[in-house]
Amino acid sequence: MDISWDLLINAIVAGLLLGGFYAAVTAGISISFGMLDIVNIAHPAFVILGSYIAYYVNINLGIDPILVSIIVLPAFYALGALVYQVYYVSFERRGQESLRGLAFFFGLLFVTEVTLILVFGVDYRYVDAAYIGPSLHFGMVEVPLRMLVPCVTALALFAALELFVGRTFIGRAIKAVSQDQLALQLMAADPIAIKRIAFGLSIATASIAGALLIVIQPVEPSVGRDYIGRVFAICVLGGLGSMPGALIAAFLVGVVESLTSTFYGPSWAPAVSFGFLLLTLAFRPAGLMGR
Amino acid sequence: MNTTTFSLSAAAVGLALLVFAHWLGVDYLYFAGYTILQFIVLATAWNILGGYCGYVNFGSAAFFAIGAYSSVFWYKFYPLPVPVLIVFGAIVSGIIGLGTGYLTLRLRGAFFSIATLAMAVVFQTLVVNWDYVGGSRGAYIIRPETVEFAGLEVHYIEYLFALMLALAVIALITARTIERSQLGYGLATIRDDEMAAEACGVPTLRLKLIATTLSGAFMGMAGAPFPYYIGYLQPQSAFGLEYAVNSIAMPMIGGTTTWLGPLIGSILLGSAQQYATVTISSAVNLLIVGLMLVAFVIIAPNGLIGLVQERRRARKQP
Repeated sequence: MDISWDLLINAIVAGLLLGGFYAAVTAGISISFGMLDIVNIAHPAFVILGSYIAYYVNINLGIDPILVSIIVLPAFYALGALVYQVYYVSFERRGQESLRGLAFFFGLLFVTEVTLILVFGVDYRYVDAAYIGPSLHFGMVEVPLRMLVPCVTALALFAALELFVGRTFIGRAIKAVSQDQLALQLMAADPIAIKRIAFGLSIATASIAGALLIVIQPVEPSVGRDYIGRVFAICVLGGLGSMPGALIAAFLVGVVESLTSTFYGPSWAPAVSFGFLLLTLAFRPAGLMGR
Repeated sequence: MNTTTFSLSAAAVGLALLVFAHWLGVDYLYFAGYTILQFIVLATAWNILGGYCGYVNFGSAAFFAIGAYSSVFWYKFYPLPVPVLIVFGAIVSGIIGLGTGYLTLRLRGAFFSIATLAMAVVFQTLVVNWDYVGGSRGAYIIRPETVEFAGLEVHYIEYLFALMLALAVIALITARTIERSQLGYGLATIRDDEMAAEACGVPTLRLKLIATTLSGAFMGMAGAPFPYYIGYLQPQSAFGLEYAVNSIAMPMIGGTTTWLGPLIGSILLGSAQQYATVTISSAVNLLIVGLMLVAFVIIAPNGLIGLVQERRRARKQP
């Protein structure tokens, strides 16, 4: 078979860069779905919300989109804590999270998307920053900065989260909740408070992921839906609750998607994640690095 | 009321509606009525799995679109009468429901829901890339002006309306029959406590697969006449999120444990949406549906039917 080598290498590099970004989107799901067992399918909607906030501030005040997303982190954290509180009081406490909790998040996803459509319309929006446009060249490999900057930011975010969960007191408490909630209660700790913090964190990551998304590509409100299957596929493939697993899976999905769109056309790329998801569920539901 | 009496009275109500609509003879009524009936079928189908068994299907739009695109396929290949297309749509969607269910229903409930969400994206990708059924450009279906039906020359839209009415009646009868059958009780045990049901010897996987297949088949049936109704089918309209959200919101708002819930929910929400689309805008009406869904699952988890039951119970015990 005749494969053009520079096309192949460029596709793999692009896939790795894309995978880094996917890791940022998956980080939040990895906490909420993987550790807290909350099936937050509205997560991509929060990511899009982050994109639009970055866009709005960037266009009106000219502030760098990634900087904006870091500034609004506390607001996203508070939003996440609020959503969890509603979720806990209405569903988790009554033991109805499986059916009604899912419908609740689906409703949130839908409301966020339609509200954004009503406010901003369905046009594609994009941001301005110094690193959008130029690329670095290493021999025949081209690395666009608009992909590199999000990838590096995403990896930094991922490393920070991994350190936080593994090394700090609260982070370990979050791990404890994910392992045995009852035991935590017996030790006189409040699992609800810890889960609220964790869910707040997971939504906070959506702010950064959103800014990265709008740096990578123009955004319109329904883009988020394409990410639902993708992020859950990555999360399941990596193994629920395993952050390193999610990172590997994100790179894997990124590379395979990039190869697919290079050699078969971009319109086939969305099918890749579903293939991964189904294969994982069918053959190894525990994922790559599952417990 | 036993099943035969119920079926006969449901058919009688359906027939009465048809005669009434014909007597009024307003074309708009057929167009609006068709949409509401279509939502009755979708909501009832969703409820067979979601309400009776507790498994949330987010991919209603995909099943609906598969039914619609199977019709488009036959239209291009060899045009068949719509009732035959409905059967084909049901078979294809049912098989896809069975396949998705087989791969994911052995796992925790959430996986099935996520898989259905992802499935919708994938089938949309397939259709977009499949030029034979129009690809992303969409497909035109030229619908005949009139059709011979039982020796009468009727308007095509009236014919489609009658078909959808028949489908709605069949879906409701099926749902009610399931509710009172061994299958229904089995599904209810899964909804309440799957582990306990499995331990008691309920064949949980088999029952879940039956429910998923039936539910998918009815959604496919609802979608099959759609290309003829709309005249121009494109992936974005067939896979529209409003089908997914409505088929969840309608049973949730009506009440999920009986056949009456989805019926009430779809009539209320369906007519409200018809009204809002005409008077305000279609984006606003979707926002209203989303907000109502969120409000209902928080405040009235058992829907309108649950509210009425609570009120009645409260009156009995002062």
